[in-house]
Amino acid sequence: MELWTSTHGGALLAPAVLLPFVGMLLGLLLGGRQVQRVAFVFMPLGLALAVGITVAWLREGQTLVYLLGGWAPPLGIALRADGPAVAMLLAVAGVVCGIGIYARADFGTPLGVKESRAAFSYWLLLMAVWGALNLVFVSGDLFTLYVALELLTFAGVPLVCLAGSGETLRAALRYMLFALCGSVLYLLGAVLLYGGYGTLDIPLLADAVQPEPIARTALALMTAGLLAKTALFPLHIWLPPAHGGAPAAASAVLSALVIKGSWFLVVRLWFDVMPGVVTLPSAQLLGVLGAMAIVIGSVVALRQERLKLLVAYSTMAQIGYLFLMFPLAFDATGNTLMHGAALTGGLLQAVSHATAKAAMFMAAGLIYAALGHDRIADLAGVARALPVTVLAFVLAGIALMGVVPSGAYLAKKLLLDAADGSGQWWWTIVLQGGAVFTAGYVVLVLVNVLRRRSAALILVKRVSRRSEFAALVLAVGSLLLALAALGPLPGHLVSNPLAHKELATTVLVLMGGALLALGLSRAPLLAVARSAAGANEGRLRHAAVAIGTAFEHADRLVRRWPFASIALLTLAAAFGGLLLVGAPK
Amino acid sequence: MTAIVSLVVALLLLWLALWTVVARDAFVAVAGFVVYGLLLSLVWVRLAGIDVALTEAAIGGGLTGALLLGAVGRLRGTEAAAWSERSGACTRAFAVLLSVSVATVLALCVLTLPEPPPTLAPQAAENLAATGVGNPITGVLLAFRALDTLLEAVVLVIALIGVWSLAPDRFWGGRPGPRYGADPDGILTYLARVLPPIGIVVGLYLFWAGADHPGGKFQSATILAAMWMLVQMAGLSDAPRIDSRWLRAGIVVGPLVFVAVGVLGAWQAGAFLGYPDGWAKPMIVVIELALLPTLVLVLALLLNGAPARSADSPPAPGETSLSARSTRPMPAGGTRQ
Repeated sequence: MELWTSTHGGALLAPAVLLPFVGMLLGLLLGGRQVQRVAFVFMPLGLALAVGITVAWLREGQTLVYLLGGWAPPLGIALRADGPAVAMLLAVAGVVCGIGIYARADFGTPLGVKESRAAFSYWLLLMAVWGALNLVFVSGDLFTLYVALELLTFAGVPLVCLAGSGETLRAALRYMLFALCGSVLYLLGAVLLYGGYGTLDIPLLADAVQPEPIARTALALMTAGLLAKTALFPLHIWLPPAHGGAPAAASAVLSALVIKGSWFLVVRLWFDVMPGVVTLPSAQLLGVLGAMAIVIGSVVALRQERLKLLVAYSTMAQIGYLFLMFPLAFDATGNTLMHGAALTGGLLQAVSHATAKAAMFMAAGLIYAALGHDRIADLAGVARALPVTVLAFVLAGIALMGVVPSGAYLAKKLLLDAADGSGQWWWTIVLQGGAVFTAGYVVLVLVNVLRRRSAALILVKRVSRRSEFAALVLAVGSLLLALAALGPLPGHLVSNPLAHKELATTVLVLMGGALLALGLSRAPLLAVARSAAGANEGRLRHAAVAIGTAFEHADRLVRRWPFASIALLTLAAAFGGLLLVGAPK
Repeated sequence: MTAIVSLVVALLLLWLALWTVVARDAFVAVAGFVVYGLLLSLVWVRLAGIDVALTEAAIGGGLTGALLLGAVGRLRGTEAAAWSERSGACTRAFAVLLSVSVATVLALCVLTLPEPPPTLAPQAAENLAATGVGNPITGVLLAFRALDTLLEAVVLVIALIGVWSLAPDRFWGGRPGPRYGADPDGILTYLARVLPPIGIVVGLYLFWAGADHPGGKFQSATILAAMWMLVQMAGLSDAPRIDSRWLRAGIVVGPLVFVAVGVLGAWQAGAFLGYPDGWAKPMIVVIELALLPTLVLVLALLLNGAPARSADSPPAPGETSLSARSTRPMPAGGTRQ
């Protein structure tokens, strides 16, 4: 495979990166109502480019390469699109278009106003986030990737405080400061690597890197920095207030897309730049952090009173899921991280999370807009008033749970196979448990929205049909992802959703989730059932609530500045140490 | 002799860094930081990195210092509250220990870097002729790694959009910052009349010299932006309306021309951001010329901050520039709920 000469389809890569930025600049120039129009011209163009890249990649059957300015690395910069990059490019393009259609209702310029702050900023920043993500996916150079991180952070932060309240401003500042700490650590690592190996080009670096102190320090620092930007537990200081407080259309961008950028960079570093430097204990640490994120994020999500915060905490848990593949992809005989089923599973997880979580935030935003609040205990009657929205929310939840034929199902299957293959049975428990937790908060919301309401539900605003369908399309997309992914993957991976085994798993997961929701939810889920069940269950509920409260306290403690900043450096040190353990002599 | 000077400068730098971190008063910390930036640029001169030295002095010391001073003025009221949130002695001791150990590992890594260090400098020098410019830094920034430079300009534009997005809705389309009014016979007004012509000449010289000698658009843009700020602070001109057409055009012209030249390269030289034979230097000059207004405007507007008054607000009489900067309550985000 030739990685240092341009391929035919590579010519599409630079436009894919620059097109959104050109859209942003043109929107800034034209201003006013034109901002949104420009965005809607560039969205289909960008989607077409992503499809074009996918077709070119399938046809050429190899990594697409483009040398910018004709300068070959190490002097110049190459853009490269391998399988993971192509998958993410396509997914992000689809999600951006969906969010764009949804956001028309929220971020239109009001009549009689020449230009409004929120609309102007939103559409320009949406384009900027898109361009930055595309750069993260196709860049083949560690410094260009740093620039991409900067672009992503500066485009993401203002999205948090578009609503303009003091609280969201604080959340945005928190996000920016912590993300910049992450950037600095990444840059430190990149500088060390250049100092040690004289190149920043990924394949050249991968050839040159040895498991030695420079590479280990660089990997530890960069990983810790990127985890801070991805908000993996315990570095999620900024995530709940930022994702819970931003307008729904912005939360969808932040939660579905922005965090995937830094996550993808961790994948690049571990799998493509320094697979040989990675050791099993360090990969296990990533998985352990992921497992902790799943447990704590899910429990705290179940304890939330507001729907948007529930979705925000569920994002925290889903981020954890994205890191389970690292220990599973470790090949103990070769002492290296392997491209393979586990990586494919992780990527599928990311894509299905991007689509489903965008749909969930959009549905939560619609419910908030229609009711004027999003208190979970007060959602009775919503299913009747907003059936499409509720359907979108539930389908997205089911997709995340990993029911056939969702992308998350296939991802779980691939990861379970990898866990079996490598004898790491403990990850099987985490993988199945995660699905139960997801079922928990889907059931919690579902029971509340399905509840009959004694008085008529007062809707403060009519929601846009188009927005509802945008959410539904993304949710359905996530649910059917496994079918789309079957093109490149073997067919036996998807089984009949009505087969006994699958049905039994689904029912078990749902029942487990219902029990969790019953025990942990803040408002008693089923008032009637509880009084009938007697004292024994009352005691169980007390215990569950005590656990839930304890987790909430832990979460609050972890999200304080002193703890978070110390955790950041401690993690860097821990990764550094674990990269030494079990390293080949 | 030079060794002693180096040692003194290095110790001074460390001391200043420590001072900046432990200073109790935010203003003192910023003052320490500005001096630290200036000293650091001396170190870069000593290491023969004149371009880096110029950038460090202009951006690291100057521009960042000015931004931080503005922030300090706005934060004055909250300093006591922030101080009361300080963590306990144990936490701080642990944080210090952790930071010192990470720094030690970093230092050890730097000591184990291979000798001679692997570098791309010879390769860059070898290929410099193809770009037509004499300054290898300019060659790297505008030929070999042109994409990074283009995207850094885009980062600045995004940062500006982010700062603007903090404006209260009613002031959207208005002007940023307070309207300065200085004593027309005062020293500030005098300086604002005398300095800009000199500053503009120096700025443009740095810009032009950047092709073959240390200097370039970034350093030049900082000086030009400073001159503009000086004129604004003396009340001789007002900050622009953020919805003005010429302003928006000036902000986007740099990256857009950069992309256009890149596309021209794809058509004429066979690669995006490539230059056809013999045309490299003129095209680089076109890009730099287009980037200059973008950089000047964005840097100055970042200092100006978010729109904080409607477009036709009258000048506030008797308000002098310095007191206006430091004592005005936060106009951007803090007063808005």
